Amino acid sequence: MSIWEYANPKKFITTTTPIIPWIFGAAGLCIAVGLFWGFFLTPDDFRQGSTVKIIYLHVPAAMMAISAWLMMLVASLIWLIRRHHVSALAARAAAPVGMVFTLIGLWTGAVWGQPMWGTWWAWDPRLTSFLILFLFYLGYMALWEAVEDPDSAADLTSVLCMVGSVFALLSRYANHFWNQGLHQGSSIARVEAVTGADTQERVSNVFFYPLLVCIVGFVLLFVALVFLRTQTEIRVRRTRALVARARREAGHA
Amino acid sequence: MKALLIRDLRLAVRAGGGFGLGLAFFLIVVVLVPFGVGPEREVLSRIAPGILWVAALLAALLSLDRIFALDFEDGALPLLATSPLPLEGIALAKALAHWITTGLPLAVVAPVLGILLNMEGPTYGWMLVTLLVGTPALSMIGTFGAALTVGLRRGGLLLSLLVLPLYVPTLIFGAEAVRRGAEGLDGVTPLLLQGGITAGCVALLPFATAAALRVNLR
Amino acid sequence: MLEGVSFDVAAGSALILRGPNGVGKTTLLRTLAELQPALAGTVEGAEDAAYASHADGIKAQLTVTENLAFWAEVHGAAVPDAVFASFDLDSLRDRMAGTLSAGQKRRLGLARLGVIGRKVLLLDEPTVSLDAFSVKLFADWLEAEHLGQGGLAVIATHIDLGLDAPEMDLTPYRAAPDAGGGSDEAFL
Repeated sequence: MSIWEYANPKKFITTTTPIIPWIFGAAGLCIAVGLFWGFFLTPDDFRQGSTVKIIYLHVPAAMMAISAWLMMLVASLIWLIRRHHVSALAARAAAPVGMVFTLIGLWTGAVWGQPMWGTWWAWDPRLTSFLILFLFYLGYMALWEAVEDPDSAADLTSVLCMVGSVFALLSRYANHFWNQGLHQGSSIARVEAVTGADTQERVSNVFFYPLLVCIVGFVLLFVALVFLRTQTEIRVRRTRALVARARREAGHA
Repeated sequence: MKALLIRDLRLAVRAGGGFGLGLAFFLIVVVLVPFGVGPEREVLSRIAPGILWVAALLAALLSLDRIFALDFEDGALPLLATSPLPLEGIALAKALAHWITTGLPLAVVAPVLGILLNMEGPTYGWMLVTLLVGTPALSMIGTFGAALTVGLRRGGLLLSLLVLPLYVPTLIFGAEAVRRGAEGLDGVTPLLLQGGITAGCVALLPFATAAALRVNLR
Repeated sequence: MLEGVSFDVAAGSALILRGPNGVGKTTLLRTLAELQPALAGTVEGAEDAAYASHADGIKAQLTVTENLAFWAEVHGAAVPDAVFASFDLDSLRDRMAGTLSAGQKRRLGLARLGVIGRKVLLLDEPTVSLDAFSVKLFADWLEAEHLGQGGLAVIATHIDLGLDAPEMDLTPYRAAPDAGGGSDEAFL
């Protein structure tokens, strides 16, 4: 019993179908609990007031935006090395989800930045990096759409994903070099401060636990969406294959 | 590889538009900018490095889709693929030919166009050096993008969408080096980083390009 | 979309592939040249093979000599003078390939095969748009210069080249409908 058995399209569908509703339910529950806890049961930040509470959407979305790309990278590598179709389709399925998370991250960042920094948009390195990540998602999806042969499309997008990952990383450091930015001391830095050291003041845990619940909720949501979308992609391919077979048989008779 | 390089250069010269078109485009963009932002000399001289870099980037983009498309259409590409030349070498020769026909003339002409934008003394040298160091990366990345989209009917627009995000680090370090150099700050660090990107692109991207070509030739 | 095809071609001989359009002649030749992967089975000796179809990579902006010299240099060879005579290109040496007629261009494309020094030629409809004289010219070259020197050729064609070569009809090897489809198999 190896993990690669789940790379069989049929096995993938029969395994994931019963658990998808449960994952969706768990995701919804986590996000609802996390947001309610965060919005109504935690105190306002002494500097940022109630605006800090957008952190419960902003940080999980931003984390998943990056994680989705990493998942696509791993899935692309699996496709290139082991040629499992489900892997390529999962990478394809994850791209729009990751793109939407990136958009949510950018949008909530703008909404948060307006009262904090006095501007909707600043060419802050982290914001800029996310904008570039968004462009990478667009290009990746456009390439999938443009190439007709599904296997060629999978190969080409996998290569693009690998090269893109390197350049996304480069862009990130180039951005930091280019502009030192406003983000210091805000979102991720705060989370790192919270998670990093037990010596941090206890009060930050008040923000941290609901945030953790929200992050778990977003992860589950991502997994459920990717499962569902991968199933759709598999069914599209299966339909294509069946139609092609029917046409061949008709032509032969 | 040398034969391929010489052939591509010869084709670029004879087909016309190889050298000229990119340069003319570069000139037009640079001429249009003052109409957009106004003729104040201080403003123009401050944004000149950025304008020249962005214009160079767009001009380099212009001829990318011809790198492989012409050879693909007339069947030369599969013949090259079955020749003793490694596909990686073909990718490198193609990128070099593209650089000689676009990147190199752009780098040489950019300081001249700097006059139009009221660029200041030391900036000219920085402009030339960063373009010389950075444009090979632009050509190599562009060749990779062209290999990804070679079989597609309307690959041109997609090519821009794929390639432009990849140009970001080169652009940032290039423009940054010029700006710092112009202000008398340390411009060597970004220049070295840009050189690193170029070296990395030239060393690694031919393999990715060859992989993409192999897929597209199936 | 062929299945179970198997043949031997001895050095110095040729094989003519026949079959209606769409039976898979081009696919077979491209697979032999390793331009596309075989769905099953392997190809050996492709590094000594040259594939040629009607798209022969002739550049309109280069002269006849330059076109041939390029392909010769890519393959690490020189252009033998006799090639120009064999393909009746002597008077056209310095003409731009773009100004040639379709038949002349085709002869130039075939002349490429004479300068690259490959032992195995995989020819896909080599005589399209050639007149009877040029076909004869090509067949003579193939027999004397290529097969005569120990080379071999697999040719897909609809017309009679006048070669003394065995013919093979691919129609019986057309694969059963379910065997095709390539990667879609995984989803059925």
